[in-house]
Amino acid sequence: MDTFYWIDKLVLVLVLFLISLGIAAYQTYFERKLAGWIQDRVGPDRAGPFGILQPIADGVKMFMKEDFTPANADKWLFILGPGIAMFTSLITSSIIPWGTDLQLFGRSISLQVAEINIGILFAFGIISIGVYGIMIGGWASNNKYSLFGAIRASSQMISYELAMGISAITIIMISGSLDLRAIVESQHGMNWNIFYQPVAFVVFFICALAETNRAPFDLPECENELIGGYHTEYSSMKLGLFLFSEYVAMFVSSALMAILFFGGYNFPGMDYLKDSPNLLSIISVMVFFAKIFGFIFVFMWIRWTIPRFRFDQLMHLGWKVLIPIALVNMLITGFVVALYEHWF
Amino acid sequence: MESLTNRKVVVSDKPMTFMEKLYIPAIIKGMLVTFRHILMRRKTVKYPEEIREFAPVYRGMHVLKRDEQGRENCTACGLCAVACPAEAITMTSAERTKDQKDLYREEKYASMYEINMLRCIFCGLCEEACPKEAIFLTDRLVPTQFERGEFIYGKDKLVESLDHRIDITKRQFTGKRGTI
Repeated sequence: MDTFYWIDKLVLVLVLFLISLGIAAYQTYFERKLAGWIQDRVGPDRAGPFGILQPIADGVKMFMKEDFTPANADKWLFILGPGIAMFTSLITSSIIPWGTDLQLFGRSISLQVAEINIGILFAFGIISIGVYGIMIGGWASNNKYSLFGAIRASSQMISYELAMGISAITIIMISGSLDLRAIVESQHGMNWNIFYQPVAFVVFFICALAETNRAPFDLPECENELIGGYHTEYSSMKLGLFLFSEYVAMFVSSALMAILFFGGYNFPGMDYLKDSPNLLSIISVMVFFAKIFGFIFVFMWIRWTIPRFRFDQLMHLGWKVLIPIALVNMLITGFVVALYEHWF
Repeated sequence: MESLTNRKVVVSDKPMTFMEKLYIPAIIKGMLVTFRHILMRRKTVKYPEEIREFAPVYRGMHVLKRDEQGRENCTACGLCAVACPAEAITMTSAERTKDQKDLYREEKYASMYEINMLRCIFCGLCEEACPKEAIFLTDRLVPTQFERGEFIYGKDKLVESLDHRIDITKRQFTGKRGTI
């Protein structure tokens, strides 16, 4: 625990914070571009070349808007809501191993902010706190649409958290660790978990869509029935924080999926680069980000393809389909793992 | 009943098969459709930079023509007003005095000629009714206004100016309609 350790971590935290926000900002741009392409439109193309400055224009617009608090709203909770939503989305990125260690200044620098050995539990804990931001925001607005949105968000969270957790347990059983770094290391090269657990991946992916409130599970904020749901009463940068936290959450859950099922920063042929750890580190970070961007693309692709679920369909899918599938999958995995360890 | 199109589909409410209940094949099919659209060429015309060309027979804002010597063709016969299905045209006639011979082609002329552009449906019947080749529809757009009154166009806006003649040949000589 020397000073260099703290400097490393501080720099890493700062860089991660900036990267998360930057990626979230450009996700909004890419989302709109992709929506345009899918609908045979051009998408935003006025701000800068190809509309590349659009997120900045949007941010400026958000800041310039009047920050309005409804008369009967609970003022402190109203402020707390978007804060929690943003905080929980950002904090999860601290436990994610972004790449192999860098060798700089004669030291080995780990590209992971917090190397805690219960990383996956921490991630699930934080993700489930994320819904409190939505709930508090919806409740404090003192508006029935917001409240509906908040209730939907929380019931959706409860239904999908279970199946998500159970499908993650199968991964824990295979790799035998709760540490995200260990889970990634166990998928060295091309030995990814997706080849062993495709069913768990499908369940996890659907649940991740639901957890991040993305279409087709964007019931808490559906524009048509709930006029924006939990953020109906929000304006200015508070609304911006809510929308932003959704994109950060999408980024982080894509990272989690890449770690649990697609080998994190592992890529085939990484053993050839053993002699140059820095090159390996840089390439591994890039590979990891490529996987994340792939997931983000699929998230958006799905959003602009599939219509929204009805609420009873959502509950039916969660409780009667995904949880049984995840449970059966977990039992089979446990059985096979037990057999494998005792008889082979 | 005999089907008028080949798009008729018989709706059935048969229970879904197992594959249909999985939904995932259908979802993947839908996603492939949207992916194909990502790769398609955009048909968007980026308006201020690119302006889409009008059809040659486009019917836009009217013009009251003058002849080669700059005299107004209109004699205020009122046939255009009678032909107008939207009743957008109204006019008053007056008799030409001796010193107005270089202003108006015939003895009678329109002292007031108004088209209400909010009523006008740009059907072009006034143009067809006109026996004097006086009124034509052009490829110009009627500009937007904030007041309803400003859409009533008088002679000041309709009659072409002497030094800025309006070209009507594009619409008149397409070969797609009878010539004048």
